[in-house]
Amino acid sequence: MAEVAMIVRGGRVVDQRGERTADVAVTAEGDIVEVGADLDAAGTGARVLDATGCVVAPGFVDVHVHFREPGQEDAETIESGARCAARGGYTAVVTMPNTQPAIDSAAVARQVLETGRGTVCDVHTSAAVTIGRQGGALSPMAELAELGVRLFTDDGAGVQDERLMRRAMEYGRALDVTLAQHCEIESLASGGHMHEGEWSSQLGIPGIPAEAEELMVSRDIALARLTGARIHFQHLSTAGSVELVRAAKAAGLPVTAEVTTHHLALTDACCAGYDPVFKVNPPLRTEADIAALKAAVADGTIDAIATDHAPHTQHAKEQPFDHAPPGMLGLETALAVARCELDVDLATLVGLLSWRPAAIAGIADRHGGPVEAGRPANLVVFDPDVAWTVDPADTASRSRNNPYAGRQVRGRVRHTVLEGEPVVIDGEVQR
Amino acid sequence: MNHLLSIADLGADGIDELLRLTDSFVEVSSRPIPKVPALRGKTVVSLFFEDSTRTRLSFETAAKRLSADTMNFSVSTSSVKKGESLRDTVETVEAMGVDAVVVRHSSAGVPLQISRWASSSIINAGDGWHEHPTQALLDCYTIRQHLGGVEGRRIAIVGDVKHSRVARSDVLAFTALGAEVTLVAPPTLLPPRVDAWPVEVSHDLDDVLPKVDVVYLLRMQRERMTEALVPSLREYTARYGLTLARSRLLAPDAIVMHPGPMNRGVEIAAEVADLPHAHIVDQVRNGVAVRMAVLFLLLGSGTQGVIDG
Repeated sequence: MAEVAMIVRGGRVVDQRGERTADVAVTAEGDIVEVGADLDAAGTGARVLDATGCVVAPGFVDVHVHFREPGQEDAETIESGARCAARGGYTAVVTMPNTQPAIDSAAVARQVLETGRGTVCDVHTSAAVTIGRQGGALSPMAELAELGVRLFTDDGAGVQDERLMRRAMEYGRALDVTLAQHCEIESLASGGHMHEGEWSSQLGIPGIPAEAEELMVSRDIALARLTGARIHFQHLSTAGSVELVRAAKAAGLPVTAEVTTHHLALTDACCAGYDPVFKVNPPLRTEADIAALKAAVADGTIDAIATDHAPHTQHAKEQPFDHAPPGMLGLETALAVARCELDVDLATLVGLLSWRPAAIAGIADRHGGPVEAGRPANLVVFDPDVAWTVDPADTASRSRNNPYAGRQVRGRVRHTVLEGEPVVIDGEVQR
Repeated sequence: MNHLLSIADLGADGIDELLRLTDSFVEVSSRPIPKVPALRGKTVVSLFFEDSTRTRLSFETAAKRLSADTMNFSVSTSSVKKGESLRDTVETVEAMGVDAVVVRHSSAGVPLQISRWASSSIINAGDGWHEHPTQALLDCYTIRQHLGGVEGRRIAIVGDVKHSRVARSDVLAFTALGAEVTLVAPPTLLPPRVDAWPVEVSHDLDDVLPKVDVVYLLRMQRERMTEALVPSLREYTARYGLTLARSRLLAPDAIVMHPGPMNRGVEIAAEVADLPHAHIVDQVRNGVAVRMAVLFLLLGSGTQGVIDG
């Protein structure tokens, strides 16, 4: 047996196999070597990571983050974004391609992946479906897939042209990749800055109707039927969208869907103070939408919780509401917000944060568990019930656009273990 | 009260108080020398990010009649292009030592955002589609002047409600004071969830006109044509314009109002604008007195005596 370098001691292991109280022994090579009660660390020189009262689970996986590099390093870098992820219990993330330049070529993708390699998180990247995310010509999908890209999306915008989307889905089938869509019909949504409804009507802010999202969800379900290709729906925000996905799944179509923590926790009423911190795309919707999203999480229609972690500088967010860029931070608060908003058991919650997104991202070989001998030690240790107050200044991000300032939440990450290395201990990033 | 950002902040009592205060300033304005020393030593800055002649002139006149010093901070499009942030602009203006900032911006919510960074009083002089509170106050005052009060009056607001800050403030003010408001417009020019507003909605001006005490016409902007909101100005005028023939449907003592600037021949026929029951010029005149009342209320605490002097 390989030498034990670390024992995660005294926690409750929660993974797809169930729940049990067990210690987890990890080798210097970063693999789990033994999982069992009261493992003996004496005489081995193994480090002990205290997990008393905590859940030990496969590390979280976020299929939707914006790390702003290259191009907007004043808002976030791959390095600072990875630190946020690690503090949030994530051992792997998938960055979005709306950088400057866009991640639409092997050169940019390689740069992102190489920069990510030295960080405290396993950084994967998606790539743009179309060159420059312009919706015109397909990106070199096969070349990008060879670098390990598994998700293709023009996130920030949806692919508007039906024919082009069909081709991308067909072409992608040969590459074993998944098309991911930011669903929004631009001709209905453009010029809008928040959910179109009672609040937008009162505030005098141009709105984005729910139907702008739902029409594209509906269209892409039809294209999945036509092409047989997988489609992943990003950050679904409306009751109509999850109803469409529920029906598509019932029909056996290869569709998956994510919901963000902010779409579960915040409504368009948050925009009443015209604070652009609450401007996000898709926009914050209504209580009825939140109820539908939660029901869709509960019945399995929603596969994954994502953060859409979208850093923006202070000055960008101090512009008028209709000028400010959309997006909010999420990696460091996701567990707590999900814990507060979702009435699901811990195994279901961990599944939404870990192994189900890992499968969507195509990285289930290394992330998402189960916690058993022979698997890579990508783990999170979190206290499921500790109460705390969100402070935007307490962050590893370069940005502060945190919509939960002052909010009382519960559930917090204590340690994150990446390939056997405790990169976060008691909330502090170790390097 | 530190700021005037929205009619909603005032409530019925606040509006009433301002209308009563306006009475004294209407009297001041009628004097041979229409000036009182109420705000001597105070500085009022106009910070207009969007072109406006009428509102700026009205606020400046009001400030000068109260003996305040006035300054103009012209924010041209070029200075926006230079990249100065909203916050930096406001902090620059405040550093000069001002007591009130009168803000006009094409984006909804900017006066509220500015009020979080400012130590002076912020007055909303129009923000995007959101609100134009002093316009609503002068409208209430004008209705009260000609009809004795706002409560129980039936008021039709006609035209582009969706894009109108005047309409949003007027609906809040009129309904707060107990008027019955009917919005008359094609559905494309109404807010998407107007059903949640405390108003009636009609698409038939001919049906509404005989039933109202006030018909309030909104300016129809030409760029709405390019957004496919109405097919043509001609068709808009045919269905929603207050033509001379249509004006005869009004009750004899009903009044016609418009926030200006008018598009004669579009939302209002040229002849109608000049009829004796059109009180558009009164609105402008009352605007100065209302803005004097607002400035006085925000900046003139403890100087009540000087108005009588």
